[in-house]
Amino acid sequence: MAVTIRIPTPLRKLTNEQDTIEVESATVGAAVDELEGKFPGIKERLVGEDGEIRRFVNVYVNEEDIRFLDNQATPLKDGDDISIIPAIAGG
Amino acid sequence: MSKSAGFMRALKCRECGREYPLEATHVCEFDFGPLEVAYDYDKIRKSMTKAALAKRPETMWRFRELLPVADEPTVGTRVGYTPLVKADRLAKWLGVREAWVKNDAVNYPTLSFKDRVVSVALSRSRELGFETVACASTGNLANSVAANAASAGLDAVVFIPADLEEGKILNSLIYGARVVGIRGHYDEVNRLCAEIAGKYGWAFVNVNMRPYYAEGSKSMAYEIAEQLNWKLPQHTVVPMASGSLLTKIHKGYQELIQLGLTRDSKPTVHGAQATGCSPISAAYKQGMDFFKPVKPDTIAKSLAIGTPADGFYALKVMKETGGASDDVSDDEIREAMSALAECEGIFTETAGGVTVGTAKKLVASGKIPAEDSVVLCVTGNGLKTLDAVQGHVGKPAGIKPSLREFEQLMEKDGRVKSK
Repeated sequence: MAVTIRIPTPLRKLTNEQDTIEVESATVGAAVDELEGKFPGIKERLVGEDGEIRRFVNVYVNEEDIRFLDNQATPLKDGDDISIIPAIAGG
Repeated sequence: MSKSAGFMRALKCRECGREYPLEATHVCEFDFGPLEVAYDYDKIRKSMTKAALAKRPETMWRFRELLPVADEPTVGTRVGYTPLVKADRLAKWLGVREAWVKNDAVNYPTLSFKDRVVSVALSRSRELGFETVACASTGNLANSVAANAASAGLDAVVFIPADLEEGKILNSLIYGARVVGIRGHYDEVNRLCAEIAGKYGWAFVNVNMRPYYAEGSKSMAYEIAEQLNWKLPQHTVVPMASGSLLTKIHKGYQELIQLGLTRDSKPTVHGAQATGCSPISAAYKQGMDFFKPVKPDTIAKSLAIGTPADGFYALKVMKETGGASDDVSDDEIREAMSALAECEGIFTETAGGVTVGTAKKLVASGKIPAEDSVVLCVTGNGLKTLDAVQGHVGKPAGIKPSLREFEQLMEKDGRVKSK
């Protein structure tokens, strides 16, 4: 099984400028941990000290905001796309 | 990029204070916090005196030192300085001693407050060397980007929800912009644009150019203060979509205080939303300092942002200034649009109905005391959202060109001939 994570510009310095990363985790939370294993330091950019996704980070699974799904427990399946997007845009 | 930064100093993260060069970038690399323009206020204080202002033309650019361009603006040089109308008849309807309408329904050139932010964003985009400008929009912004880009000879690509009001769609197409209608609501348009902005080298006015763009809204606050003879209003009611306008009006007032142009009379800023998309007012009512995203369902499509980027900061401003937030239903929005039109002869779009309707609620609940004075920010023009009032404002009476039929009609209306 493979899930694609699209990495936003501000985080690409941590991923050696790669804009997509493949992971195999079963939930969004596990995918973030898997990402941390590959690129140490990336998790603290996404998740605050309280363990929640940071206020200014939006995470989408197949175009749906995970806050409308099951947050970090949102399940993943083969072929899913995760987008990590800075919350500050628009308006 | 031009060598001089004018009165700007840097881009600065609102969360952690890290500073970045004055480029096309909008979030902090460390914590994703929003970047804001930091200024050299000592330099501004020397340049922007009341005497200097008195000699300048009546556009928003008279406050040029507080707007983030390095050199003189090149796009939208005639934007702003819209009327501040003393609204005595509306004040009665609202139940408040004094009301003023800041009427951006007649802003130049595209009849909404968005001309303010766009003239800043496009002027700055040119300084940074961009040839293509873009935006994610609920309509008014797309209109303004399309028009101002056309006049500046820039290429424009605008992204909107596909189900917008016909008037707002045509008002972008006429200027020759590339209009992309997304089958989804604004938050989905916005998400897509954030991803596109990372791939194409365009100046997205409300994505990578957002720190500059958003500052344009401050001009509304400067104008209100100057039009009130350098007194700040007791209360200002502002419509909230992303919440950005509200936070920037507050910032504008605070800057004038800091520069010594006005006294700190503790102006209160209130936020208005449509009930069908009210993540910020819902959070206010529940006493929370963060909001829960919603899926919008309202006739106030220009305010239909379910994931408001500045919602957190808007809540903070209302809390700090003693402001409140409330929201109005579709029917209340139409009723308020009619009230503003019938009392003051101002035809606003649905967002203006949200502002006026919410102001009435805030007066009724005592959040705005009846003996106080209030400024209402009317941000867009009713001619763009005719669909919203179609079938709700009656129909013209149709008669033959006959005096007899006219007299019958008047009789029905209960009007009497004078002789």
